[in-house]
Amino acid sequence: MEIRAGSRLKSSVCQTEVIAVKAPGTEMDIRCGGVPMVDPTGSIPDDPSPLDAAMNGTQMGKRYVDADDTIELLCTKPGEGSLGLGDALLTIKESKPLPASD
Amino acid sequence: MNLMMLLEMASSAFGERVAFGSKDGSGITYQELYERAGKASQYFKETNAEHVSFLAESNLGLPISLFGSSWAGLPFVPLNYRLAADEVQALADRISPTVTVTNNDLSSIVQGKEGVSLVTGDQLIDITTAGATPDPSWNMDPEEIAILLFTSGTTGAPKAAVLRQSHLVSYILGSVEFMGAADNEASLVSVPPYHVAGIAAMCSSVYSGRRIVQLPTFDPEDWINLVIKEEITHAMVVPTMLARIVEYLDNDSSVKVTSLRALSYGGGKMPRPVIERALTLLPDTNFVNAYGLTETSSTISVLGPDDHREAFQSSDERVRQRLSSAGKPLPSLEVSIRNDEGIEVPIGESGEIWVRGEQVSGEYLGQGKKLTADGWFPTNDGGSIDDGGYLFVEGRIDDIIIRGGENISPGEIEEVLLDHPNIRDAAAVGVPDEEWGEVIIAVVVSRDPESFSESTIKDFTKEHLRSSRTPDKVIQVDELPYNETGKLLRRVIKAEMVKEL
Repeated sequence: MEIRAGSRLKSSVCQTEVIAVKAPGTEMDIRCGGVPMVDPTGSIPDDPSPLDAAMNGTQMGKRYVDADDTIELLCTKPGEGSLGLGDALLTIKESKPLPASD
Repeated sequence: MNLMMLLEMASSAFGERVAFGSKDGSGITYQELYERAGKASQYFKETNAEHVSFLAESNLGLPISLFGSSWAGLPFVPLNYRLAADEVQALADRISPTVTVTNNDLSSIVQGKEGVSLVTGDQLIDITTAGATPDPSWNMDPEEIAILLFTSGTTGAPKAAVLRQSHLVSYILGSVEFMGAADNEASLVSVPPYHVAGIAAMCSSVYSGRRIVQLPTFDPEDWINLVIKEEITHAMVVPTMLARIVEYLDNDSSVKVTSLRALSYGGGKMPRPVIERALTLLPDTNFVNAYGLTETSSTISVLGPDDHREAFQSSDERVRQRLSSAGKPLPSLEVSIRNDEGIEVPIGESGEIWVRGEQVSGEYLGQGKKLTADGWFPTNDGGSIDDGGYLFVEGRIDDIIIRGGENISPGEIEEVLLDHPNIRDAAAVGVPDEEWGEVIIAVVVSRDPESFSESTIKDFTKEHLRSSRTPDKVIQVDELPYNETGKLLRRVIKAEMVKEL
């Protein structure tokens, strides 16, 4: 699927939903639980089989990035799957919380 | 990307929390705000308006209008209700056709104008009470305009700064932790809706889950009473507000604001005596100085609580001076100090503050983006960065005094003047002079006008400033002119001094 900033995706294996905050606008293989994620209005493939190694869960409000920093996904609904780009799992973008300034 | 996605997340994760209102439960929850934003978006679209404007003091209609316009895909335009009627009308013309959310007192200003349809905040509450909440339908295009903010316009017609969805959403994601607030936290907002900090406060609080209490018109006693009554934990004020709060607390030592964990300030230069007094009076409160501009979606640099304490307790004047700094740039953006040719200056040297990052717009309606080819926004603020990475803001470059070829920041002179026990407020301006190009005039407000002596003040500045930077003249006045958000009106002072001398 072509992913650009603002694109929404939902998991085929759990409740996870994400929004792309940063994306190159090109074809990308975004997965959750090892299975490709789909357009929220699209249909989920029959009988998706999640990979055990990719079922560590997502956390709402966390941002997930790949090692090369090509994509950043914001988790808007949590679930049991782990986010991935191809076979590689995404990691949480660590952010140092700032003191409330406004 | 859309501000609505932030509210949607808040509504689904902690929808039952009070978003705007009192701790006694009156007000609206995040879920309710979400539903009302949806119904408001339908209403806004039905008016065929191209902008949603807001002409009133803060009320519950404000967050509903802000998020409702993002849902509808219409720019939200807060208008300064303190402007003269003809100025407000001129702004309304520039955003016509518009639906204007207003109140009974202010509606007459734009009543009957072509291209303006009016609704009061109370009516908007009624309109968004009944009926069904529409399905989510907001646009996720990051380039859609979220906010238009007319800048103060001290010269010429006000410019409309453009903040797109991507700027505001990037700012929130980069600086606020989702659901980072405990459910007993509450933020007191006393800056007006047409100040970028007022908009940013709403977005930050929604994403962190911190209840907002609105104070429509600032008064130090009302502010303190609300902090106590509502058990306020967080607040943001402009420097003049803090000065008045400090004065109030100084006069009545029985008043305690123990719930206040964090107090942030920004929007103008904070006199060091005021912040030092505030740190003494409120030893358990975390102080945060935030520096930012409308064009940068609010905060770009922060002096945090630990920095405040370290500087305040230090005996090293260099560290102590950091109390007057704007702290360190946010990790999500870059700040650089450039000279006239756009070349970065060495550490410690003054130049123009440039900023680059996803929250930086630098765009004005009809004028395009004022960014360099590689994405930097020259802020027109002068400043420097010290070897510890602390940013010192010197004020608008246009305000810099050039005396005998030397560039002098008025802030440096004012800081020295304010250290004098008989000076309550001070401004330094440059006035044209045949010999020097400009001479330095200090305009001061005395604590005890009877004992004011120009020569004493001049001698005092000579002890603390290089001789070329000491005021050529010190003039005593009753009060200095500020705009309603606490910005010193230097141009007004300068014009008066030119006329007088």
